[in-house]
Amino acid sequence: MGTYRSVSGNPVGPQVGLLKATAFAAGTGSRSLAEVGVIILTAIIVIGSLELALIWFEVPQYVLPTPSAVGKALIKEFPLIAPHLGYTLIELSCGFAIGASVGLFLAAVITQFPFAEKIIAPYILILVTTPMLALVPLLILRFGFGFEPRIIAVALASGPMVMINAATGFRRTDLDKIALARSYGATTLQIFWKIRAPMALPMILVGLMIGAIFGLLTAVGAEMVGGGFGLGNRLTTYSSMINMPEFFAVIVILSTMGVLIYMFFFWVGKRWASWET
Amino acid sequence: MLLFPVAERNSIFVGRPLMTAKLTICEAGKCYGDFDAVLDCSFDVEANTIVSIVGPSGCGKTTLLWSMSGLHALTTGEIRLDGEPITAPHPDIGLVFQEANLLPWRNLIDNIRFPFEIKHTKPDMEWIDHLMDRVGLKGFETRFPRQLSGGMQQRAAIVRALSLRPQVLLMDEPFGALDAFTREEMNRLVEEIWLETRPAIVFITHSIEEALFLSDRVIVMSQRPGKVQSDYEVPFARPRTQEIMSSRAVFDLTNLIKADIYGVMTHQSKAAE
Repeated sequence: MGTYRSVSGNPVGPQVGLLKATAFAAGTGSRSLAEVGVIILTAIIVIGSLELALIWFEVPQYVLPTPSAVGKALIKEFPLIAPHLGYTLIELSCGFAIGASVGLFLAAVITQFPFAEKIIAPYILILVTTPMLALVPLLILRFGFGFEPRIIAVALASGPMVMINAATGFRRTDLDKIALARSYGATTLQIFWKIRAPMALPMILVGLMIGAIFGLLTAVGAEMVGGGFGLGNRLTTYSSMINMPEFFAVIVILSTMGVLIYMFFFWVGKRWASWET
Repeated sequence: MLLFPVAERNSIFVGRPLMTAKLTICEAGKCYGDFDAVLDCSFDVEANTIVSIVGPSGCGKTTLLWSMSGLHALTTGEIRLDGEPITAPHPDIGLVFQEANLLPWRNLIDNIRFPFEIKHTKPDMEWIDHLMDRVGLKGFETRFPRQLSGGMQQRAAIVRALSLRPQVLLMDEPFGALDAFTREEMNRLVEEIWLETRPAIVFITHSIEEALFLSDRVIVMSQRPGKVQSDYEVPFARPRTQEIMSSRAVFDLTNLIKADIYGVMTHQSKAAE
């Protein structure tokens, strides 16, 4: 019976990110109207007092523009920024799609072979801890100023993040549940799809979320290093011209993208992985 | 014992196979390295009977049961279902685990459909509905395991095991984690279901009371290596009422089994000295 003890419980091994799989635990239902009111009111007070403080202390616009100036710039400049947003999204989605699929595939495969995992793990750790931005100048030398170096950088930044979290998920499979499937004559493939994969799903989603956010950071960073397009390029352009309201408008767009990525995966997690409490 | 065929009592059984298979454990042995977990166990589990295995913890009960399920290979000896050696999980043998072992990402009915998904067969929904009703889980089909009590989860696990209509049901201390009241309730439920569907049941437990309530036979296993120490007939009428269970005969049998187990244990500790 020793072989079949349950090993479920706290995941062991490398785990990157602030969020644990339990982030998706089924929680409160819909917020009450009063709560929504308080949240909106707080936001208005924070932004309003920032505005007043900046005016009151006469902070120059090139140090920190007022929220209203940023808002105006955002509306006025948006048609000009929009194509760049599109480029960044293309880089992010292509790079993330490549990185995430390779990362997921590798995680699923190597966790089946503990020895292979031991061999590969150090390299993955190096990929996770090395800022992929550092490679961008090198990639530009090889691939020029187009999409390619950025997509490669995004893939290299997001892939290992996805992989390391997904591997944690795949590794913590409960042996009793595998025994259950085996007692009905399940094949290895069936055990993978019906036990291991759903069991790993919460961690996979955390990995995808972190991978996508790291991908966004890397895309913007790569755009700042070189090439004439993308939101990162807008940041360097606007700051070199001391167009601070426009600069902050781009920052607002970037934060919104990050928040939307987070919200998307949170929603997916709540919908599909809320069984874990 | 009920001798008339169950099929005549309830229309749900018409056209569904009767339980006729017999499980034979023949000189079964299992060692891990040079450590014998189970040694030379032989007994039969006749069709339509409940056999309990009791014994001190670490006596190889679970190892033996997992071998019966085909999940563990034996080192020596054989387990046969109607003469057919069991070397891999068999569709006619069902297994109920120590914990309910439901898949937390599936609701109850999807958990019960799980074996059919693995086997790519159509679930017998009429039969499953009947079982769900029998164990009092009707109306809970779309609940998730975390929304249910331990007892309800274990009932669902029993339905899952019985949904395939196994000839033999192996139960590995299924109620060990439940409180005493729930446990009694579950025992009564197992008796009820067994009286109706009549699979052969091998039931592992630490509770002599539970064993005597459910079984036609109680097998006491000794510790390290696990051997069949003694084998008792439990000849009381069914259903086993409170009156029967508090009778002198049950009391005497309990003491006999206790003496066996504790005798085995003192013998062991003496050997250790």
